[in-house]
Formats: sequence, structure tokens, C-alpha cells
Amino acid sequence: MNQLDIELNRIKTKLMEMWDLVEYQLQAGREAMLTANKELAEQVVKRDRKVNQFDIKIDRMCENFLALYTPVAVDLRLVLAILKINSNLERIGDTVEGVAHFVAKLDAPFNLDLLEQTKVVHMYDEAEKMFANCRVAFINNDTDLAKQVIKHDKTLNKIYRKSDKIMTQYMTAKPDMIAEALAILSIIKKIERVGDQVTNIAEEIIFYRDAKVVKHKSDKKKKKKEQ
Amino acid sequence: MSKKHNKLEAKNLNAYYGDFHALKNINIAMDEKNVTAFIGPSGCGKSTFLRTLNRMNDYIEGFRVEGDILLDGRDIYAKDVRVDELRKEVGMVFQKPNPFPKSIFENVVYGLKIQGIKKKSILEEAAEQSLRQAALWEEVKDKLDKSALALSGGQQQRLCIARALAISPSVLLMDEPASALDPISTAKIEELIYELKNDYTIVIVTHNMQQAGRVSDYTAFFYMGELVEYNKTKSMFTSPKNERTQNYITGRFG
Repeated sequence: MNQLDIELNRIKTKLMEMWDLVEYQLQAGREAMLTANKELAEQVVKRDRKVNQFDIKIDRMCENFLALYTPVAVDLRLVLAILKINSNLERIGDTVEGVAHFVAKLDAPFNLDLLEQTKVVHMYDEAEKMFANCRVAFINNDTDLAKQVIKHDKTLNKIYRKSDKIMTQYMTAKPDMIAEALAILSIIKKIERVGDQVTNIAEEIIFYRDAKVVKHKSDKKKKKKEQ
Repeated sequence: MSKKHNKLEAKNLNAYYGDFHALKNINIAMDEKNVTAFIGPSGCGKSTFLRTLNRMNDYIEGFRVEGDILLDGRDIYAKDVRVDELRKEVGMVFQKPNPFPKSIFENVVYGLKIQGIKKKSILEEAAEQSLRQAALWEEVKDKLDKSALALSGGQQQRLCIARALAISPSVLLMDEPASALDPISTAKIEELIYELKNDYTIVIVTHNMQQAGRVSDYTAFFYMGELVEYNKTKSMFTSPKNERTQNYITGRFG
């Protein structure tokens, strides 16, 4: 293996460590939400500092690599993709931290009926699945799987779009539950963001492997339709 | 912007050194006032091809070409083409600076004198203009009568460029013009190439990938006598189509 590959592997390994940590954060966040476990939620908040440290470290490694190895073609695309994947992972970390903040304020577990109606747990599961698949797609350079991940985001968006109406009805019917309903609505919004961030990562994998830019594709389609 | 026309074109070009098939069916068209970089491992044929563009290989025993090389649509290997006339059109700069052991002034006007131009005012004007174009004028204007060999390597190379420009060619061939120079002189040569492409069609052979990326508009990758890929430099260095190109530019060859 030449020195360039050794360096690239070091950066990749660091990124995978961060990826695992963020996955753990996602799982812990879900667990804390379902059990209203304040202690666990606080741990998630604290651990986000570690995620941030990874972010800084990986940025620095990429900067050094670009300066010292002036990569081109597939190597350049990989480093550019890692830089963006890194920031997206960091943001997913922040988003989970946000969820944990809500959980930390809970006095009792969420109302089961409300969780059921809004499908927030289902949504969380789907986001976790997307996240896990995206990780596999990166490790195996599997752009087909990356494309599936991007499509998968539609499931999350659907749940998100319906949640407003469900919540309005619920709050009208049960005014004493408004605070709790709003907290769940905020969490739904956050999970929807996670879906977008995982989508961004999947787009970077396709850029890296196929040298194709797929982000903002729906914008282009819309434009064509308008014309 | 008007479309640039094909300044140089090779059609089904094959070249041989005796039995050795050095260039295999090369087809390429280079636009005027563009910089085209030839890259590839040693022995891939890029220098051979560069040298066929002004018939530098004519005197090598056993060397022969088949196919056409067109300069402005005219075959440069046609019987009625005079090589000295061709080289007025197609100048060349080599890897190692090779000034004559003469004064700076005599070096620059050498080509003009050979053409029979004797009038001092014309020679002086041409010398200044060429040296300015080669970004050397300010450094040597007070010592034009001094020996060219007293200049630094980077200055000598720019002097050789000035010498090539003095006979007003339209094409400039450069065979690794900066590989023997330090980074500052290299940067000057690269800047110069940037300037010169406003007026000249430039073809450069380089082993320095970053240099090819910085100075050229188009890049051609040669391997074992074949032209493997020829594309806009930007595309070549971000998403090469051919795997051999990718392996070469990322340093994963062999």
C-alpha cells in the first residue's frame, strides 16, 4: 500500500469511529425518549462533546492530507466527501443532543397513545435504519444502497407532513397535553432533519464513487416541470 | 466568443524507431491559443509525439512516421514543406536550459540573424519585445552584452523562451520546461505560459501532475505509445474516464 492509501485509510478509520459514536448516540437518544430516562439523556448531551472533537480532528486530518498529498480524481472526491460526511455526522450528533434536551425535561414517559398516533417511534426506527444502511453503503462503496437510502427519506417526510394535523387535533381534544404534544412535535422535526442529513451523506457517497452530483436533483426536476 | 480552430491535428499517426512502434494510431486535435499538456510515464511516447510536431525526430536514424500531422490544416510532413520554415512557425523549449555561449542579446536575436535580418534597430526592438514577453526584460536590460551562461537556471530557461519567441512562431512546444528549476522559477515559467497562451498555441510535456493541472486547458494521457485519454484538464483531474488514467494521475501505477 502506498503512503497516500495509508493516510486515506487513517482518515477513513477515524470517520468510521465517529460514525459508530453517532449511531450509539442515536440509539441512546431513542432509549431515553421511550423510557423518559433523564440520566441517559444527560449522558447523550455530554457525549456530544466527543462527537465535536471527532469533527475537529477529521477536519484537521483532511486539511493536512490536501496540503501534503494534493490528491486528484477519486482520491480528491473521497476527501471532499469525507469533509462533508463529517459535518453531517456532527450535525446528526447535535440533533440527537437536541432530542436529549427535550427528554431531560420530562417528568414522566410520553403518553403512549400520542406516540402511537404520531408514529414518532416508527419514524425514529426508520431514521436509524437509514443511518445504518448509509454506513454500509460507505464501507462497501455501494452506490445502489446509497440511492435506496435517499429514497427511504420519503417515508420520514411523509410522517413529518402528517404530524401537524394529528397534533392540532390532539391538542384541541386534550388541552392539558399541549406541552407534551409540542415536545413530541419538536422531536419529530428533529428526526426529519436527521433524515435529510443522512440523505446528504448518501449523496456524498455517490459523488465519491460515481463522480456524479445527485444533490438538489429534485430542484432541477421541479424547474423543468415549471418550464 | 468565436470558436477556436484546430491549430494542430494528428490523424492516424504512427511512429517507429526502427522496429519499435513508438506511437500507435494517434488521433488528436489541439485548438489554437490553448495549452495542451501531455502526461504519461517515461517511454510512453509523449516526447516522441511532441518532437514530431516540428520534425525534431527527422535526423534520428530509423525513425519514420505514417499518417498526417496538420498545422493549420497543412501536412507538415508533405514533400514541399521546408523544415526551417516549419520551425519558424513551431518553436521549441527543452528540459534543460540551453543558451548559446554568447551574450544575452545574441542569444535572443540568433534566429533572426540566421534569417538574414541585420538591421540593428529591428534586432534591438525584437530582443526587447521577446525578453519582455518572456518576463526577463527587467532583470537583464542592463546587461544584454553579458554572457547568457552567467544567468541563473530559471533566467536561462526564460531566455530560451525569449529566443523561441523572437522568430514569432504561432506554436510553442515545451518539453518539461520547468523540471530542472526551483519552485520560484517554476512559478515564473507557469505564469509565463498563462500569459503566452493569449498569443500562442502551447503544447507542454510534463511529469508534474499539478503543473499540468495548473497551466493547461486540455490534457492528453499517453501510455505505451497510445493516446489513452484526451479531455479538458478539469475533467481529467476530477473524473477521468479511463482507469489507466486514474491510476496514473493518482500515483497508483503498476
